[in-house]
Amino acid sequence: MAQKVIAGVTVDVTEEGYFTNPAQWTRELAAEIAKEEGVQLTDKHFDVLNFIRERFAKGEALTIRSVGNSGIIDIKGFYGLFPGAPMKKAAKVAGIPKPASCI
Amino acid sequence: MKKLLILGAGTGGTIMANKMRALLERDEWDITIVDQFRTHYYQPGFLFIPFGMYKKDDVVKPKTSFLPVGVNIIFQEIDRIDGMNNHVLLKDGISLNYDFLIIATGTRVVPEETPGMKGPLWHKQVFDFYTIEGALALADFFKTWPGGELVLNIADMPIKCPVAPLEFVMFADAFFVERGLRNKVNITYVTPMSGAFTKPRASKVLGNLLAEKNINILSDFYLERVDNVKKVLVSYDEKEVPFDCLVTIPVHKGDPLIGRSGLGDEMDFVKAHKHTLQSDHFPNIFVIGDAGNFPTSKAGSVVHFQADVLTENLMCAIENRPLTDAYDGHSNCYIETGFGKGALIDFNYDTEPLPGSFPFPGIGPFGLLKETRMNHYGKLMFRWIYWHILLKGKEMPIDSKMTMAGKKM
Repeated sequence: MAQKVIAGVTVDVTEEGYFTNPAQWTRELAAEIAKEEGVQLTDKHFDVLNFIRERFAKGEALTIRSVGNSGIIDIKGFYGLFPGAPMKKAAKVAGIPKPASCI
Repeated sequence: MKKLLILGAGTGGTIMANKMRALLERDEWDITIVDQFRTHYYQPGFLFIPFGMYKKDDVVKPKTSFLPVGVNIIFQEIDRIDGMNNHVLLKDGISLNYDFLIIATGTRVVPEETPGMKGPLWHKQVFDFYTIEGALALADFFKTWPGGELVLNIADMPIKCPVAPLEFVMFADAFFVERGLRNKVNITYVTPMSGAFTKPRASKVLGNLLAEKNINILSDFYLERVDNVKKVLVSYDEKEVPFDCLVTIPVHKGDPLIGRSGLGDEMDFVKAHKHTLQSDHFPNIFVIGDAGNFPTSKAGSVVHFQADVLTENLMCAIENRPLTDAYDGHSNCYIETGFGKGALIDFNYDTEPLPGSFPFPGIGPFGLLKETRMNHYGKLMFRWIYWHILLKGKEMPIDSKMTMAGKKM
């Protein structure tokens, strides 16, 4: 297990940079990780991140489609917020492990 | 008389009917199973049909052949589950009461979820092989296809048997080599995942295999629509992939009755606990297999391992004890790699597929995460095991919990 210092805080992450302990997440850390991914966070981003964290906490599978059906944003919009690979980027910024739906 | 009701007579429902009928006293427990269709499909066999290796007759049998004496069978469409009042309403108005309910209604492909997929080219140049109709149409198409761009696309995860698309492209490689057409067929594997498979070590091994077979991988491609005029796949971020023959794994959803009953997520998969298999909504409702929102593969091996756990936990619930057994996400599958060889993977929620031998450490006879002839024979033998042992709920020499014995870190 690796550790990473983000904005002066040490957090536990995987080799790929995904949090292994979602409890270590804060909004400030999210903003920093997002910057590394080339994303400037807005309130809309946080609505999506909160949805993702809640779903993860409940142990439910996460996919791009499930975010697109959340009522918060559609899939095109999700791509707009986190370009390229939205689910992976959003999971990283939301401080949860890489989505387990990809099995 | 107490009542156990099972919805769905596919792999999960059939195994549970067999297991529970053997355990519950006949003069105390009435067991009823409901399904809208009479035919049981051996779904792992669909993969072999497009390449002429299996015929329709190899993969169909009547459901009644696999259900034990002493189980009532009703062939009827289900309207909805009323969990508050412990009954299930069928389409013809009949209401069935239950003390305990097992949901085993599975998953289905929904090509309609993707604009253009069920367009003018459907089953002409755009095929699925997850339905018997699609697999047969593709078999016909391949008989005379002169070659071109063969594209396999996974529309979204989760899907049934996540390795089947990989097996498909490897079979296609072998099929067209044997026909002397391989130089006219360009095979591309287009996936929303970041590699051939998402579990890192398996992804590397399988990715290398595809590369050796000259199969292209296009990853992180999330399908928005199929353009029937230009014959291209279009992703949400406007990438395009041209095809002459598109083999699609459409979006999967649970049964619509789950949505009507208010028991599912937005994809109609039943919300249930990933270890106990109990519904999030009602303690006397349990879920098995593809119907659940469990973060695991939708596959027969998962159903088989879950069946042991569900049997145990259902007996706990019936006898008013705390649920003692926990499903660990155990899954294993043979992966056909073409030319008479196969690979095998074995994993769970926490442990990714690793190399080694299976099921006996150091002996095998099957090799984990490597190509061997024995693994291919294992897959072929499995069809017999499925019909004669697995569906009947009999003992198999493989534990429902994954073991690290025989695996190399």
